[in-house]
Amino acid sequence: MARLLIRGGRILDPSVDHDAVGDLLVEDGVISAVGPDLPADECEVFEAGGKWVAPGFVDLHVHLREPGQEYKEDLASGGRAAVAGGFTSVACMANTDPVNDDPSVTKYVLERASEESPARIHPIAAATRGLQGEVMTEMAALRDAGAVAFSDDGRVVMDAAVMRRVLEYSKLVGAPVVVHSEDVGLRGDGVMNEGVVSTRLGLPGNPVEAEEIQVARDIRLARLTGARLHVAHVSAGGSVELIRQAKEEGLSVTAEVTPHHLALCDDLVASFDTSTKMAPPLRSGRDAAVLREALAEGVIDCIATDHAPHADYEKDVEYTAAPCGVIGLETAFAVVSDLVRSGEMSPLELVRRLSTSPARIFDLKSGTLAAGALADVVVVDPDEQWTYDPADGFSKSRNSPWAGQKLTGRVMATFVDGRLVYRAGRGVVMQ
Amino acid sequence: MIGQDLLGIDSLERENIELILETAERMQEIGERDVKKVPTLRGRTVVNLFFEPSTRTQTSFEIAGKRLAADVVNFSSGSSSLSKAESLLDTAKTLDAMDPDAVIVRHRVAGVPQRIADALQAPVINAGDGAHEHPTQALLDMLTVYQEKGRFEGLTVAIIGDIAHSRVARSNIYGFTKLGAEVRVAGPPTMLPVGVESLGVKAYTSLREVLDGADVVMALRIQLERLTGAYFPSVREYSATFGIDRAKLRFAKSDAIVMHPGPVNRGVELSNELTDDRPSVILDQVRNGVALRMALLYLIAGRSAVAPGRAANTAGDL
Repeated sequence: MARLLIRGGRILDPSVDHDAVGDLLVEDGVISAVGPDLPADECEVFEAGGKWVAPGFVDLHVHLREPGQEYKEDLASGGRAAVAGGFTSVACMANTDPVNDDPSVTKYVLERASEESPARIHPIAAATRGLQGEVMTEMAALRDAGAVAFSDDGRVVMDAAVMRRVLEYSKLVGAPVVVHSEDVGLRGDGVMNEGVVSTRLGLPGNPVEAEEIQVARDIRLARLTGARLHVAHVSAGGSVELIRQAKEEGLSVTAEVTPHHLALCDDLVASFDTSTKMAPPLRSGRDAAVLREALAEGVIDCIATDHAPHADYEKDVEYTAAPCGVIGLETAFAVVSDLVRSGEMSPLELVRRLSTSPARIFDLKSGTLAAGALADVVVVDPDEQWTYDPADGFSKSRNSPWAGQKLTGRVMATFVDGRLVYRAGRGVVMQ
Repeated sequence: MIGQDLLGIDSLERENIELILETAERMQEIGERDVKKVPTLRGRTVVNLFFEPSTRTQTSFEIAGKRLAADVVNFSSGSSSLSKAESLLDTAKTLDAMDPDAVIVRHRVAGVPQRIADALQAPVINAGDGAHEHPTQALLDMLTVYQEKGRFEGLTVAIIGDIAHSRVARSNIYGFTKLGAEVRVAGPPTMLPVGVESLGVKAYTSLREVLDGADVVMALRIQLERLTGAYFPSVREYSATFGIDRAKLRFAKSDAIVMHPGPVNRGVELSNELTDDRPSVILDQVRNGVALRMALLYLIAGRSAVAPGRAANTAGDL
């Protein structure tokens, strides 16, 4: 029997509100005990003194580009980047080529992932065929093939009648529908947040109202249909109020926020560096403050990276022509751990937003260290300083706004099924 | 001494603006000579990198470079990197390998000159980027105003038209504000960008109010093809509400001058007669453009250009 003891760390298990120094015992890939001074007999021991030990992080929103755009990322490189960032489960969006709107694509992703990826990969299938926003996908067949949620992310279902039917039909399979909420007409050709910075830079603006209007529409459709709605990458402070009201009303509405929308704001675009360009765009500092508060309160349920790799040469173009998106798996923990250093969140609540909450939104078995759970575990050092160089990272792409920056908070080790898959300084270990 | 590049007026100090304007005044004399050429930039290569066609600005830079004896090369590219499938970085690296002494960049997208400057060894002069900045236009406008008024402090400059899409407006707002003038803007509300007051101006939607007491009246070109219908209902309504003729000009000071970056949509921004005659100074703006660009090339491309033994009399060559 394979036994692993992760010893002496601060064990954070939000699923049972546990926060205490102790040991974690894993037997045959399953957590068997958590507590002080567990016996180390016949155990491989991992010393975690001074570190946090948490259920592996869960990212509900990544773009892994396979099939079709493997030059940006694939399931192997994306899976390695995930575990290097402490993510043991990631859900990948459907905007691949071909689109994941057919069970054959869902199965392909799962098969390739099981061979190539050290992280668990959960496919999100398209909500409409070809992401065209017109004809709904075969949700039952896609669910049976392994899809955990449905989304046209990257595109928007602008026709409210189509969205209504998608939400209604999703109740057949019980899986959440993830929405990229943005009124495409109001966004127009906007490439950054509309405000004093866009006015100064002369770049076309995308007003917060483009998001807020669509979030309001989608919440009303969730009310109309009773379906499960998950709002992707909230960027506008005004969306938070709408989500809060929906929750108070008892609707099945959840929401995520990205590390970049929490930590960065539109001032950064003044460099015209296209690694500041994403959809939705970086908003004002005031919006970011509202998002942080909403995350701390739990109005926003979880952190998701919207990891969106693009090749250098695709990004090294005019700001307006550059594709949207930044990579984020490998920097996420460091960036959001700032919320603990600033006193905005406790370590336990931060881990909840990174692990337990997202797992529940997609009905995943992860996000807990309870006895009997899968031994997906991450060990992080919240104080370690390091310099992030995307060239040394595991993603194939380098489009990060944190490139070359000194960060605090580092993933030291990641375990999937009790197996060490990543160790800082040593890299990704595949068996 | 100004910086390595000239990317915008926003990042310039007042002293730099004054240095450029003073240098341009000295350059003007060369244009009045019989032989309009001095050897100051002999052996220097200036590249006109125009991604967006602009015969006027490109010609102005070309004449400026040639009057200083620089070799001026046009690396025109009507297309964006998208259709050329070449990244901006590739373009910059290719150029860099040819060792130019200055690169003049014009692009329809904001920020491109800055990105090219980040990647190039050679200094970059922004000849207009999207709706961001058009520093050489603003500097020649400032030179023109100075020649007309002899000062900036206490002047009121009214800029009228499509402020939202105008790089000329932004650069002039920064420049005139830094030099101590009061800047006002006016246009249809759809053409006043969000938070325009944050640029340091007062915004109006009434032509009469914006002109009241103005010393300088600057009309901006309207992109009729692209904007009619979306940003204002019709050319007729625009010219009725924001077009300027002699009658409306009476709202301004009696000695107000009229400026326009050109080309004028006659009868839209300015009446036909106002386009051609005093108090319009539009052709003076064009003339000053050459002197101003000579000054910039001298200050930027000529910085290290002086051959040994010639340093002392370089200024004399002017």
